[in-house]
Amino acid sequence: MTDDTHARIDAVVKANPVVLFMKGSPLFPQCGFSSRAVAILDHLDVEYEGVDVLQDQGIRQGIKAYSDWPTIPQLYVNGEFVGGSDIMMEMYESGELKQLFEGAGPAAA
Amino acid sequence: MPMAAAEIEAMIVAAIPDARVEITDLAGDGDHYAARVTSASFAGLSRVKQHQAVYAALGGRMGGVLHALQLTTAAA
Repeated sequence: MTDDTHARIDAVVKANPVVLFMKGSPLFPQCGFSSRAVAILDHLDVEYEGVDVLQDQGIRQGIKAYSDWPTIPQLYVNGEFVGGSDIMMEMYESGELKQLFEGAGPAAA
Repeated sequence: MPMAAAEIEAMIVAAIPDARVEITDLAGDGDHYAARVTSASFAGLSRVKQHQAVYAALGGRMGGVLHALQLTTAAA
């Protein structure tokens, strides 16, 4: 990953309380796992920034190195990597994700 | 080429010897799996670290030849 890609990812992650790197857009997810991640966030009524990695090959590859995580989607809350769609589902079912979002927001970022 | 369930299990156990691995072939196509991995070595690790340990065991195949592996991990 180039320094520039790292800096661009870092800027998005730090500028938004909740960021989802995904394939496709929140309205038109292009992969079942991204679609599941979007469904969870929508169900929790969370405002988030969706980044479509299919639009940017640098970010598509770079995001995997950024958090040492091989797959997409990836969720970031308050600048921290939370996990992929499996972890999101587990945390959604346990109520942890809702708790996490209650502490997220412009004021907390 | 897709990976066989036995190959996935063998790679995980090779890296995490005490792991109990249950693999389900979700679509019957040898390409979409769910895996549940339980290991005492996961105790005290975050979910992200637990999943990273399994991905490391798969040696870069995750996200490559292995597109779809739904992963659940638990400490034994």
